[in-house]
Amino acid sequence: MSESEEELVESIAEATVEALRVAETRLPEDVMESLERAREEESNERARMILDAILENVRIAREKEVPMCQDTGLITVIAEVGRRFPVRLAETIQKGIKRGVQRATEEIPLRPNVVHPITRENTGDNTGRRAPVIRFVPTKGEELRLHFMPKGFGSENSSAVTRLLPTEGLSGIWDFVLDTVKRAGGMPCPPIVLGVGVGGTIEEAAFLAKLALFRPLNVRNPDPALADLEERLLDAVNELGIGPMGLGGDTTALAVNIEMAYTHTAGLPVAVNIQCWANRRATAIIYPDGFYEIVQDDYPRGEVE
Amino acid sequence: MSPSEHRLTVPVRDPDRLLELKVGDVVYLNGTLITARDKAHQRMFDEGREPPVDLDRAAIFHAGPVVRKRDGDYELVVVGPTTSTRMAKYLEDVLEAGVRVIVGKGGMGPEAPKLMKGRAVYLTAPGGCAALLSERVERIRDVCWRDLGVPEAMWILEVREFGPLIVTVDAHGNELSWKETG
Repeated sequence: MSESEEELVESIAEATVEALRVAETRLPEDVMESLERAREEESNERARMILDAILENVRIAREKEVPMCQDTGLITVIAEVGRRFPVRLAETIQKGIKRGVQRATEEIPLRPNVVHPITRENTGDNTGRRAPVIRFVPTKGEELRLHFMPKGFGSENSSAVTRLLPTEGLSGIWDFVLDTVKRAGGMPCPPIVLGVGVGGTIEEAAFLAKLALFRPLNVRNPDPALADLEERLLDAVNELGIGPMGLGGDTTALAVNIEMAYTHTAGLPVAVNIQCWANRRATAIIYPDGFYEIVQDDYPRGEVE
Repeated sequence: MSPSEHRLTVPVRDPDRLLELKVGDVVYLNGTLITARDKAHQRMFDEGREPPVDLDRAAIFHAGPVVRKRDGDYELVVVGPTTSTRMAKYLEDVLEAGVRVIVGKGGMGPEAPKLMKGRAVYLTAPGGCAALLSERVERIRDVCWRDLGVPEAMWILEVREFGPLIVTVDAHGNELSWKETG
């Protein structure tokens, strides 16, 4: 490794530790606002008690700088590599992120969650082959933006992918989302956030569903038809009455975020990625000179418009 | 109507006390909680290994903590519940072993009200609230089967006023679920 590459790896590693520290201990502003509003509007007494516990938990985590949830997640990173970034090497970025995740596991600390899928042997440092999950997406920007999402598996296990018939259309999508949420019940720690990916191929739909979860809860899809669908689906999900922790109530979901890609004339892939209330996100913006800042209101667009 | 609140010492000294708990009631636990998740259940009940701790009248907690090693000892950072439905297939074995209280989140599966009737209760801990719940854990007393990895090992926790926990399956064959309440 050349000296300048080592400097960049170290800078990315440091930014990774700090972004994960923020993500694990502080809930983004938009999620806090959404939870507080839900608490005010909730009519079920038990649901209010659970929402109070959640809000109190977030306050303690922030104050004591400890992870808000013991499931500190499997980490997904969406990397937007800006065009002015000097070393456009995926390998360097990957090296920096892995080193940062290992260090964060010791320092924050995080629970070591990463295991071999079959032997179930735990690597002890939250890294392994293809872990954390790193996706590179195009961007018009100049810097390197690393968007971190440490996500628990109660919610990931409740997620689903399907291939609808083209003739099933919008009503097929609608039913699949609601069925997935009903099947999940209390398992993904509601109130949940729903990421929905529509179109593309089977893996593109699944990626779009995850990408959707990076978007703040108060930002609707720029396409008016999709924005309208997001709002109508949210109302329909909350009508189910699943409530916080699946014990009943008005607050089942905080938001539905949809992302779309054109698909084949013969198919309609759809994916639903469920996120728990602990919608943990943080972005490290890394400049070409190695300086970085951590923010919680930035998100990847996933395409060059 | 406010839910009734109960304090319960675990392991449970008098199993008749469990009958006082009704679905929807709120419980705070005092005493010892034993964490157990997928791998501990698998080792005990699929592989037939003797449990490393006494489960008679015990309370088990579906959870895996975040810990820090300091001077050779484990210090708790935070701990909270994991999804219980993954352990639902072992419920009869767990009850046979003498467990009287199960703490977790997400429900204990469709068989739970029938299997737990007259024997045990299932309590829901607020999911994701590890920072809050950990204020009620006094210390880690011991750890067994550490070779299973940090999340999957059995951690013996001393707890005080551990809660709020919501009675989700009581010992009378009732279950609290959004399907009935919603």
